[in-house]
Amino acid sequence: MTIAEKQEQLLEELNLFQDWTERYEYVIGLGRQLPAMDEELKTKDRLIEGCQSQVWLDASLENGAVLFVADSDSQITKGIIALFIRFLSGESADNILTADFAFIAKTGLKEHLAPTRANALKLMAGQMKQRALELALKK
Amino acid sequence: MSGYDVSALRAQFPILEQEVHGLPLVYLDNAATSQKPRAVLDVSRHYYEKLNSNIHRGTHYLAQEATAAHEKAREKIATHLNAGSPDEIIFTSGTTDGINLISSVLGYSGRIGKRDSIVISNLEHHSNTVPWQMLCERTGAELKVLPVHEDGTLELDVFHRYLDENPILIALTHISNAFGSVLPVRPLIQSAHEAGALVLIDGAQAVPHLSIDVQELDADFYVFSGHKAYAPTGIGVLYGKREHLEALPPWRGGGEMIKKVDYAGTTYNDLPFKYEAGTPNIEGALALGAALDFLNEIGLDDLHSHEASLIEHAATALSAIEGLKLYGPHDRAGALSFNIDGIHHYDLGTLLDQMGVAVRTGHHCCQPLMARFGITGTIRASFACFNDEGDVQRLADAVTKGARMLR
Repeated sequence: MTIAEKQEQLLEELNLFQDWTERYEYVIGLGRQLPAMDEELKTKDRLIEGCQSQVWLDASLENGAVLFVADSDSQITKGIIALFIRFLSGESADNILTADFAFIAKTGLKEHLAPTRANALKLMAGQMKQRALELALKK
Repeated sequence: MSGYDVSALRAQFPILEQEVHGLPLVYLDNAATSQKPRAVLDVSRHYYEKLNSNIHRGTHYLAQEATAAHEKAREKIATHLNAGSPDEIIFTSGTTDGINLISSVLGYSGRIGKRDSIVISNLEHHSNTVPWQMLCERTGAELKVLPVHEDGTLELDVFHRYLDENPILIALTHISNAFGSVLPVRPLIQSAHEAGALVLIDGAQAVPHLSIDVQELDADFYVFSGHKAYAPTGIGVLYGKREHLEALPPWRGGGEMIKKVDYAGTTYNDLPFKYEAGTPNIEGALALGAALDFLNEIGLDDLHSHEASLIEHAATALSAIEGLKLYGPHDRAGALSFNIDGIHHYDLGTLLDQMGVAVRTGHHCCQPLMARFGITGTIRASFACFNDEGDVQRLADAVTKGARMLR
């Protein structure tokens, strides 16, 4: 499945929900399902600066695929990053760098996020591309 | 409290008529900024429609009318605070501005040196912390911080120990903006004076909720913002005892603060103009006068008991929620602050917003206080005259639902 297809699937799932409560519960649930991040990985250089809550993001390369691991002290933030991880983790750095994040607007989540939270969304997306780029350059 | 008509008061706030996320707005972020009643908005509008003119220098009709209105507002504020004279009322842009004024001129005065100290408390807002830190950096003086107990009250034995070292000034908040707790400022000021220290009180959270008598408190300086007390942003007040304001040097230079300018040397204006360089926020001053009229019409005693009963009911309702912890002592005014075990304050705040309930989450500009309690922030609900039992119920229901979603 391409990144675009995975995004499409995610949108379909989100559209099943009638109201904001269900959407939020779904996002919070995604965060809960995220594999636990090693405490040792929660270092300062893995923190995404500029968010109201703490978000750690780690990226590693395995057989040409970028694997993301993340955690946050905020469950909603963790859910949002889980959403990103779902369609980006396991992809090649090239695919991640060219991925179109415009679909976020279609999820309807942004309207339900405080401006600071919406900004965090942008920061997270940017950081994931940044880490993928760093790994690609190291290679 | 039979005379308190909350629905009539509510009707005076046009902003409350709107819905957010499809629900009637429950505004519980008054400690950040209060909403403005029609009487205040009318004064602002009237000023620009009928009076607008630069004050104190004009010879024409409007200039004289605007000047008179501006000075009448100053008198109103002096009366409201029971200041000795309107000359002791300096218009500022807000609490932060007033604190920076005093910390700066104290620095200019040369009264502070390496062996001196300034005392603040762990409860202070960043705006009653950073200006003093900056003053200490410039002068080499030491900044001492009064610690707080687990219940948020001051460690008074430490206070008295600090007084033995004869600090130059003690800067304390009247009501903690983060926890809503009321500080016993009157006896603290008395003890400070016995030790020869000046006292500045940050009244930003107190003026909207309590009746303030600066002479009875015997505060040397008392500062507050208009916008937390039903007036617009950009206007505030510094009350200072005449003897101090006369002895301290001027701060900003410019028009209005001078008597005569000569290249050989400038002579400065008398109080209060000595500290009011530049064209002031005239409309803001008039609107602040109207806001204080509004408060006095309600009656601060009635207002305080109305708000106290809402806070008490909110505290009781919230305490029933599993894992919920309230911060600060029971003696609260204006606000209450809490966290729920295992739930990030920001997440709960986001969900409350979805349910039309506006609260503040985060560190409330009190990072050192949050560090003291080992937290990154709290959820703060803060009340005003227009809040009612329905708002308390909506808050409790929304917190219950939000907590359920996040567990």
